[in-house]
Amino acid sequence: MKLTLRVWRQRAADTEGAMSTYEVDDISPDMSFLEMLDTLNEDLILRGEDPVAFDHDCREGICGACSLVINGDAHGPERTTTCQLHMRSFADGDTIDVEPWRASAFPVIKDLVVDRSAFDRIIQAGGYITAPTGSAPEAHATAVPKPDADLAFEHAECIGCGACVAACPNGAAMLFTSAKVNHLNVLPQGAPERETRVLDMVARMDEEGFGGCTLAGECATACPKGIPLVSITHMNKEWLRATRKAGKR
Amino acid sequence: MARAVWDSSVGKKTVMAVSGLIMLAYLVVHMLGNLKIFFGSAEFNGYAHWLRTLGEPFLHHEWALWIVRVVLVAAVVAHATAAYQLSRRDIRARPTKYVHTRRRASYATRTMRWGGVILGLFIVWHILDLTTGTVHPNGFQSGHPYQNVIDTFSTWYGNVIYLVAMLALGLHIRHGFWSAAQTLGAGSRTRDRALKAIANALALVLTLGFVSVPVAVMTGVVS
Repeated sequence: MKLTLRVWRQRAADTEGAMSTYEVDDISPDMSFLEMLDTLNEDLILRGEDPVAFDHDCREGICGACSLVINGDAHGPERTTTCQLHMRSFADGDTIDVEPWRASAFPVIKDLVVDRSAFDRIIQAGGYITAPTGSAPEAHATAVPKPDADLAFEHAECIGCGACVAACPNGAAMLFTSAKVNHLNVLPQGAPERETRVLDMVARMDEEGFGGCTLAGECATACPKGIPLVSITHMNKEWLRATRKAGKR
Repeated sequence: MARAVWDSSVGKKTVMAVSGLIMLAYLVVHMLGNLKIFFGSAEFNGYAHWLRTLGEPFLHHEWALWIVRVVLVAAVVAHATAAYQLSRRDIRARPTKYVHTRRRASYATRTMRWGGVILGLFIVWHILDLTTGTVHPNGFQSGHPYQNVIDTFSTWYGNVIYLVAMLALGLHIRHGFWSAAQTLGAGSRTRDRALKAIANALALVLTLGFVSVPVAVMTGVVS
């Protein structure tokens, strides 16, 4: 396959960036999108140019490191991570636009790499449970009803990639935060911090400069792990409950 | 607690949801009242007069009406202020647009902000036209709403403003009602289709109900 890439190039966080056009040739349809970018970078290095910086780690769709807005879609046209997106999703001769996640809470560090540590700070605000560390507890000591376990697992699938923020017209982190809140709030292990978790994580989310939810639904469409939009509804419910309880104290 | 609610983006959305639902409930009653125009001037004017005597003798003359007005103004102000502040936050959160863009969310979702502005301006015109009579064409007659309504819808601009505003209202309710349910935590996987159906039904019934009055005046059904 022969492709034309238009890639966002930005030397550093405080410099202006622009789209640069590159031609790539001999691309196999079986390559992943990141392998295609590796091919471009090898070429750039051989020509003595600066390779395109992009985030990646496990390359098996479970770590949440890869990002990229491809032709306007977070993680590209398939509902998966960029590392699991294959070039067969494109046609020979296509022009592909590659941009970084866009949100003021995710500033660009270089080229396609953005700083997602705002997510870490949201997790620090309440994405934990109080449990003694050391030896693992007996697995059957705390019974979890099957529907609750399923719901917790569904939300635990969130890999924190930030596609929800990138896709949201408001740069909101509601789907990410709701996935983390619901994952722990539905479990007995998360019960002691049930109220403080949702209040603190939502407050942190606001402080980080993420936008608000207008229920456009773009986040849930972009999510490679299929976190549903109703997750936000559940978090709203938890937030209202916690606010009422905090008011009574 | 009020401070904590107003300072949070989720809390401000709650304020929007509650104030929006208050206004929506009022609109249902308002639309049903408007339909009395099809039963002639005596019944329509009589209904308007009854609204002023509502609650008597427990309430003083027109007090019920004023209570409704105060609640509605509070709802409009809260709704608009929260919307303005949340919109500012949203725009700040996404300062850079994507080079490669496509239309995504539904028309109703994308037009919430400008639709809201249109509705706000409409309310101002609507009150100046048919409540105070300040901008009313052809001499406003207090106590004769039937004739006032016909006067307004006998002008081309009265019809245009009203029809545009009612279309905006339908779109606003279509996304707004469902969103309010999500914000208040009332949505769920099993209830989603029902909530969307109620939102669409409310939008359609209210728009058609309101629009039927100017259409009736234009076609001469009401004169």
